[in-house]
Amino acid sequence: MDQTFWTYFFVATTFALYIGIAIWARAGSTDDFYVAGHDVHPTVNGMATAADWMSAASFLSMAGLIAFMGYGGSVYLMGWTGGYVLLALLLAPFLREFGKFTVPDFVGDRYYSTTARVIAVICALFVSFTYIAGQMKGVGVAFSGFLGVPFEWGIIIGMVIVFFYAVLGGMKGVTYTQVAQYCVLIFAYTVPAIFMSIIITGNPVPQLGFIGEAKGEGISMLAKLNQVVTDLGFLEYTQTNKTTFDVFCITAALMFGTAGLPHVIIRFFTVKSAGAARVSAGWALVFIALLYTTAPAVGAFARINFIDTVNESTYIADDEDYDARAAEITADGGKPVPTWYKDWESTGLLDYEDKNGDGVMQYRGPNAPDGVENEVSPNNDIFVLANPQIANLPGWVIGLVVAGGLAAALSTAAGLLMVISSAVSHDLCRRTLFKSMNDKTELRVARGAAAGAVLAAGLLGIFSNDLGFVAQVVAFAFGLAAASLFPVIFLGIFWKRMNKEGAIAAMLTGLVTTFGYIYWFKFVDTASANWLFGVSPEGIGFVFMWLAAAVGIGVALATKAPPQDVQDLVEDIRVPGTRTAHGTGDADMAPLRSD
Amino acid sequence: MDDKPSAENSKAYWKATVRLTLGLLSIWFIVSYGAGILFRDFLDQVSIGGAPLGFWFAQQGSIYVFVVLIFIYCWAMARLERKYGVKG
Repeated sequence: MDQTFWTYFFVATTFALYIGIAIWARAGSTDDFYVAGHDVHPTVNGMATAADWMSAASFLSMAGLIAFMGYGGSVYLMGWTGGYVLLALLLAPFLREFGKFTVPDFVGDRYYSTTARVIAVICALFVSFTYIAGQMKGVGVAFSGFLGVPFEWGIIIGMVIVFFYAVLGGMKGVTYTQVAQYCVLIFAYTVPAIFMSIIITGNPVPQLGFIGEAKGEGISMLAKLNQVVTDLGFLEYTQTNKTTFDVFCITAALMFGTAGLPHVIIRFFTVKSAGAARVSAGWALVFIALLYTTAPAVGAFARINFIDTVNESTYIADDEDYDARAAEITADGGKPVPTWYKDWESTGLLDYEDKNGDGVMQYRGPNAPDGVENEVSPNNDIFVLANPQIANLPGWVIGLVVAGGLAAALSTAAGLLMVISSAVSHDLCRRTLFKSMNDKTELRVARGAAAGAVLAAGLLGIFSNDLGFVAQVVAFAFGLAAASLFPVIFLGIFWKRMNKEGAIAAMLTGLVTTFGYIYWFKFVDTASANWLFGVSPEGIGFVFMWLAAAVGIGVALATKAPPQDVQDLVEDIRVPGTRTAHGTGDADMAPLRSD
Repeated sequence: MDDKPSAENSKAYWKATVRLTLGLLSIWFIVSYGAGILFRDFLDQVSIGGAPLGFWFAQQGSIYVFVVLIFIYCWAMARLERKYGVKG
């Protein structure tokens, strides 16, 4: 059985499974469609949240980023997990107790303002569309890289699959497919990691291998890695050239951004109660941590493997007979370029330029002690994708990794689609434009919006060629979530005096400043010397989050207090089980607890 | 909802919740921003296994502590809810 067979096998099997679940979990009401009927088990929701959260970037790019950035990669590890502590302690249980369907719903009702609701819709849509384009792109890359399907067709296949379970099943379908997708992706991620850990450190647990000794060398794996990379002129693996302040800000922007991301928040609307939301956040982080504590080990192992197998190896061109030439090179005491390198070269993820014309691939950092120029430029994403081959694992493992990458991308895309469709059908149509719309029509509109969003996301994926999985997406999506959504949600719960005027001012401040800063320094002036306080675009959301909160508080204090009704509402959501209807907009939609 | 907590209980419950939240968030801050970023050079003088301690906190340790923190929060909140007659 060859690798292509296994790849088709795993992809087809998992896709059939997702469609099967979609048909089984069809949504019958808006309650089902938006929040899966409010009765998802906390552990199940935790698993779905983990899949929802871990995207193509987490699965494919993160370990590679860490492999290159070393300590600098910690910002992703801490940022994308620490946000769950904020979510569990500051937002999730209270928003669940509030009992509505969407994030703009909370903002609109808590701040008794259509303007606030619409601004929140804009933030949610912007964040979600930036994020989803990267997912669709990931799907296209996986298909074109492994199955020989053209990039555009890969995206279209992905769209059809997501269409099935998001449009038919709504949140209910999405929840149960995400559970299946989590199982696929975590298995696909850990299997190669365990093998690599055994090969490099002799310990089957990657988290322990990470802090263990390099096999048979008598020094720790990390010490060996530090030595290897500095010998080649790279920065020590356990160091970074970012300033401490910048590392601080990026980590914080990712954490607060995580907590403010609508597609993560709405997952907690699907459980029964505030208590269940807390427990569910805990489980979500357990499932996420399984991958996130494995990733730094994968990154470090991959860096060692890459240097070991590629550096100083003799290149074999495509028109040469690989086996004959490899035997010749070995006989001469050299090292032939590994087969996996040749397999991946055509994808454009690896680049070799023989600058000194010696036919040998020199991999060097910027400060190489031997003065040799670097000739090899690998893409971040190659590490997770090629790991199974680098470690000489059987063909089925590679097929599994492809299915895992697709699971990660599709599950996140589905979660984002739910945010987009509910923002349009619920917040814009039902709550803003056509207030008399009934439940049935709303469900139809929601399905239509989900279908439209799938289409838009696919087109974005196809036409956003220069948008990376991670780089720009991280800056925009997380920065905006941190600076525009987090402060108003947090203050809406913890500060009764926060009013409509303050909320609008805070969201606009966060939106405009963060968007402007990121746009300017990503697309207009990319010189880091001009950064405000030396903070990179990735970290600026944290700085402007404080500004937005300060402006919001200032404006709120200068204007009149929110109506008594709203203050009572805030009191209610702070104490579970006391929520009653407040005001007219609330009356027909007062949340019902199923217990 | 017939068995709502009394007004005093609700108030006391909320106060205790905020106190607990602040306490847990300070640990959250210390293990990530403290151990992993601000004081990592100092902690790096010590090793855990083969990894410098500050580096380990940044790439492993903080994540373990985050998980534990959320479950402590769940447990402590359930206790508060029993104490003040709140229906969690």
